[in-house]
Amino acid sequence: MSSVEIVRFAVRALLANRLRSLLTMLGIIIGIAAVILLTALGNGAAQYIQGQISGLGANSITVLARAPGGTAGAAAGASARPLTSGDATAIADPQGAPDVGYVAPVVQSSSTVAAGPNSETATVIGSTPQYFPGSNTVVAAGRAYDEADVADGRPVAVIGRTVADDLYGVGSTPLGRSLLVKGVPLQIIGVLQAKGQGGGFANPDSNVLAPITTVQSAFTGFGNLNQIVVGARASTTQNAAESEIYSILDRRHGITNPNNRDYQLISSAQLAQVLDQTLSTFSLLLAGIAGISLLVGGIGITNIMLVSVTERTREIGIRKALGAPPSAILGQFLVESTILSVLAGLIGVGIGVAGTLIPLPNGFRAVVVPAAVVVAVVVSIVIGVFFGGYPARRAARLRPIEALRRE
Amino acid sequence: MTGRVAVRPDVPVLDVRSMSKVYGEGETAVHALREVDLLVRRGEYVAVIGQSGSGKSTLLNILGCLDAPTSGRYLLEGLDVADLDDRQQSVLRNRQIGFVFQSFNLIPRTTAFANVELPLVYAGVPRRVRRARTLAALDVVGLGERTDHRPNQLSGGQQQRVAVARALVTAPALLLADEPTGNLDSASTADVLDLFDGLHATGRTIVIITHDAEVAERADRVVTVTDGRLRESSGARP
Repeated sequence: MSSVEIVRFAVRALLANRLRSLLTMLGIIIGIAAVILLTALGNGAAQYIQGQISGLGANSITVLARAPGGTAGAAAGASARPLTSGDATAIADPQGAPDVGYVAPVVQSSSTVAAGPNSETATVIGSTPQYFPGSNTVVAAGRAYDEADVADGRPVAVIGRTVADDLYGVGSTPLGRSLLVKGVPLQIIGVLQAKGQGGGFANPDSNVLAPITTVQSAFTGFGNLNQIVVGARASTTQNAAESEIYSILDRRHGITNPNNRDYQLISSAQLAQVLDQTLSTFSLLLAGIAGISLLVGGIGITNIMLVSVTERTREIGIRKALGAPPSAILGQFLVESTILSVLAGLIGVGIGVAGTLIPLPNGFRAVVVPAAVVVAVVVSIVIGVFFGGYPARRAARLRPIEALRRE
Repeated sequence: MTGRVAVRPDVPVLDVRSMSKVYGEGETAVHALREVDLLVRRGEYVAVIGQSGSGKSTLLNILGCLDAPTSGRYLLEGLDVADLDDRQQSVLRNRQIGFVFQSFNLIPRTTAFANVELPLVYAGVPRRVRRARTLAALDVVGLGERTDHRPNQLSGGQQQRVAVARALVTAPALLLADEPTGNLDSASTADVLDLFDGLHATGRTIVIITHDAEVAERADRVVTVTDGRLRESSGARP
């Protein structure tokens, strides 16, 4: 008998048993779709976090005050000196720190901001124009404040997307409008591009950025700085810039033992490294979940294939009695399980990929991992064909009378 | 190849010589057949009768190459079945034997046409020829109008007639029927037996197993199986 006839028999048998065919395929479809979706979600999360890291600003180093041996940002202890504008000026000196590109001293305070009847709590950050590239902050509409605004202490502000949405209406661009910060009116000259909630960081979209002089005179006073954002000239000089900052601040703060520093440097490179390690742990976790789903799916496929072939042992007996050679029976069952597995594989990939297009909150989206798709499809099809073919092979070798006696 | 074998009238269709079949081993061994001899010539209509458990089904299964004997020789059309491998036995069943079972054994959810066509497909008969022969066989059993019906849309008698059509579509040397009327009412029984009579009249060799004396009466020759031994009975039609 020709292979065309074998394929015809296989297709006829699949169509004659639509429910069974569908159920068999369902196992494979769910297995593949689950693996694709899970790995896509994990991959999306990883890419999202990576995006957040790069949002920190390239080549930037942040100097924070801390108590010696304490945590960053903690109140300075008795022996600790706070960061001052003198420190910022010293770091900006091109002779002491030739690898430093720019310096942005930062003061900040959490304040109530209001416009008309609306009000909310925002972080008001006072700094210099270098703060924008240093924190990877992009102005979407209007302009950033400039050196002249800082020099004159003008009452201008650039607001985050969330502040604009909450106070002036979703999607609004309230340029020229007035914003009351702790009762002090600031004119809005720009709106920032949305960044999204960073993993564990303060939401940069609810910041209000103003010239450092304005913030100091109106809210914080001309005392200490909260942090200093420093930019290296290039990513290759970041380490050099860091050691220059260390030597300048150690001298100014009278530090002899590096373990007792009353300040701390955080670089985007360092942070990226830490998060990278977190991400690889995360990826391992996802690979584990995907592997388990594949295993569970594979067992499902095995089960339904074994059951459906065993159920047809009698049919195999009839076919043998009518003169079907073992090869024709095995061929038919192999073709059947191949058609089912491949078709289900394609549907599974379709559903899995379609599932990743479903929008998720937070601007976070699933990204398909091509390798996971290939592995899921290959494994499912191999399992389907093997466990469809193996019992058929056993049945095809039975004496016809033994196959016929099975119910 | 259509599986036609040159007819050799001098060679018996079935030639069984001191054949035994034992199930199990040692203490629990069951002797289903003991040293059986049977010769069936071309064109004979033989009924094998016996009580259930007498070994008559075992005999039929071995004659149909569905099972293998424990000892003894079995020649089908002069060919020693023991010399054939799995695939060759498939070919032999396909070309030389037509089966009719008590429980019909049609492939479920498959049309009458496809069921009858099945042996021809395994025989490698081209599609066009297959179609003509399938329709002709269904016509012989009076189901020319119901070729598209599935087994569950047919009565028991109709299903058995489909099975008979399937058994004779390859024009086999031997028609083996195992209690073909066991699951049928009297009207359907008469239909199926009339079909066998007609086939016998055209020279077909038929071996039928039954415990029904009425069915056995139609045969030329009746063989009784008792406790695994064969005995020729007289009293059948001359």
